[in-house]
Amino acid sequence: MVNNKHCTHIGSNQAIASDFTGDTETIGPVVCQPIHFDQPLPLASGQTLPSYSLMVETYGQLNAKKTNAVLICHALTGSHHAAGFYNERLYTEGFHTEERPGWWDAIIGPGKAIDTQKFFVVCLNNLGGCFGSSGPLSINPETQQLYGSTFPMVTVEDWVNSQARLADYFGIAAWAAVVGGSLGGMQALSWSIQYPERIKQAVIIASAPKLTPQNIAFNEVARQCIVRDSAFHQGEYLARNAYPKDGLTQARMLGHITYLSDAGMQTKFDRVATDTGPKYDFTPEFEVEHYLHHQGARFSDRFDANSYLLMSKALDYFDPAAAFDHDLAKALKGAQARFLVVAFSSDWRFSPKRSIELVDALIDAGKAVTYACIESDAGHDAFLLPIPRYLDILTAYMDSLAVDLNSGGLNSGGLNTGGLSRVGLSRSGLSKHEVILSY
Amino acid sequence: MRSSCRIDWHNIADWVPTGAKVLDLGCGDGDLLAYLTDHKQINGLGLEIDPKAITQCIRKGVAVIEQDLNEGLKAFGDQSQHTVVMTHALQMLERPDRLLMEMLRVAQQAVITLPNFGYWRHRLQLLLTGRMPVSSSLPHPWYATPNIHLCTLKDFEHLCKQRSIHLLDKQRLNVQGKSSFLGEVWPNGLCAQAIYRVTLA
Repeated sequence: MVNNKHCTHIGSNQAIASDFTGDTETIGPVVCQPIHFDQPLPLASGQTLPSYSLMVETYGQLNAKKTNAVLICHALTGSHHAAGFYNERLYTEGFHTEERPGWWDAIIGPGKAIDTQKFFVVCLNNLGGCFGSSGPLSINPETQQLYGSTFPMVTVEDWVNSQARLADYFGIAAWAAVVGGSLGGMQALSWSIQYPERIKQAVIIASAPKLTPQNIAFNEVARQCIVRDSAFHQGEYLARNAYPKDGLTQARMLGHITYLSDAGMQTKFDRVATDTGPKYDFTPEFEVEHYLHHQGARFSDRFDANSYLLMSKALDYFDPAAAFDHDLAKALKGAQARFLVVAFSSDWRFSPKRSIELVDALIDAGKAVTYACIESDAGHDAFLLPIPRYLDILTAYMDSLAVDLNSGGLNSGGLNTGGLSRVGLSRSGLSKHEVILSY
Repeated sequence: MRSSCRIDWHNIADWVPTGAKVLDLGCGDGDLLAYLTDHKQINGLGLEIDPKAITQCIRKGVAVIEQDLNEGLKAFGDQSQHTVVMTHALQMLERPDRLLMEMLRVAQQAVITLPNFGYWRHRLQLLLTGRMPVSSSLPHPWYATPNIHLCTLKDFEHLCKQRSIHLLDKQRLNVQGKSSFLGEVWPNGLCAQAIYRVTLA
């Protein structure tokens, strides 16, 4: 059993009603904690991180045989805070001001698709991030200076290596599942290739085996918004007491357009304008404009520009087939995991076609794969939303694993059975625009 | 979507070697693949288009791909499977003849079950009432039926002959999925359904 002093949820089964989660239950208050690693981490770029910290949150309890662990990998701008909520601002360094439920609270919790009464769920902030793991906002142990723009480039493969050390830390020989959406799905895929014997299931949602040129193009425009901001100062903005807020805002506005779909925007905003008639100027008028401005501003308050550059570059570089004559099936030959691949019909940033590419390669490689395409007009953001069929499929898949775990005669005595009193919490005041999605 | 016709799966299990790779086209809720996994430890995969059925497959631990069979079997290499199974779905396809050839491209044998449009009850209904037959094996009215390419057993066997497809086995069955003496006398009139095991070789 994992030592409870690490980032374990306190309390459970607390009922929460919010716009974000519907009427489902949340795991309740959670805490996070950094875990330090002294062993140097060699990176794909040739550089080495001499030592590093990972900010981690866990939910549920590890069983005696440590077979019920599920790793959650976050996407471009996500964090370790995947479920539950903080009772207070537990972590105030850097940019961490999360008060909303975790970014995947719709999916993770007691009785939810990834059921914290059955699984020990681990989520971390990836290296290079800005929510407490080693990244541009941390101190370089070798120079005692802020890393800033000097934090080394990290790849999906590097992240997976750091996550493998996290598994070692918990004594987890193999994850029951590694689950992720978008860039998180790429990590799950990479796990199956890098550590085939340490992952039983790879759940890859709204993702792709590599980015298309169009997708890289969006990332590059977003990066250019940031680096061309006069406050960027070649990434040394903090030393100059500056911040490229406008660039980061623009990058996020662009991103948000690509995370939604045409039909979804039509439904959500139509052509509704805030004022009665045209103002004949260039200030925001239409609701969609307000939405983008709001999202951009909010994002730029909580995210570090150098982290954004690093994370988006990791997306661009990911191409596991490249080392295998660009033959994805060949790259997957050694995989031992079973795969669940899920796509969303209106997602054009990571379209179902990209998922099918992966599914076809898995079939070609003779791997056990399940694929579903969920009808939704929520675009790429759909993977964060409680869409009934999506929840049904994830629940069924994770339940079938839980059955496997139990039928293996494994000790489930360590599972958290709740028993704590239920507390009704009202989280009103979250408007539609407050539903921030973490791609 | 399967019709309400019953087929004894041990017939199919007898034709599938232990540990074989089996692809089930229109696998429904995955019961057949689960049965073959239990009894023959197959390495199975289902293709299905119905969302509810897909979730049921997943719950049973049956690997399933959401796919429209009318798109063919492009993801599957030549002879990459041992057996392709298709139970009561061929008649729902836009081009059953093309998928039949696809099945035999990806696998050395195909097991196909079909409702028989030439069943005497269907003939009699059409003859006496002048309206399209509705029965337990064909339960839908003409305007809502997914069965857009119904055939008689004779039609199917004729197609196989035309395409040089060999019938390795055939079992002509009544509604309950049993073979009968009368069914052997006049299969195309007295059998409600049939199972075929076919190959190109």
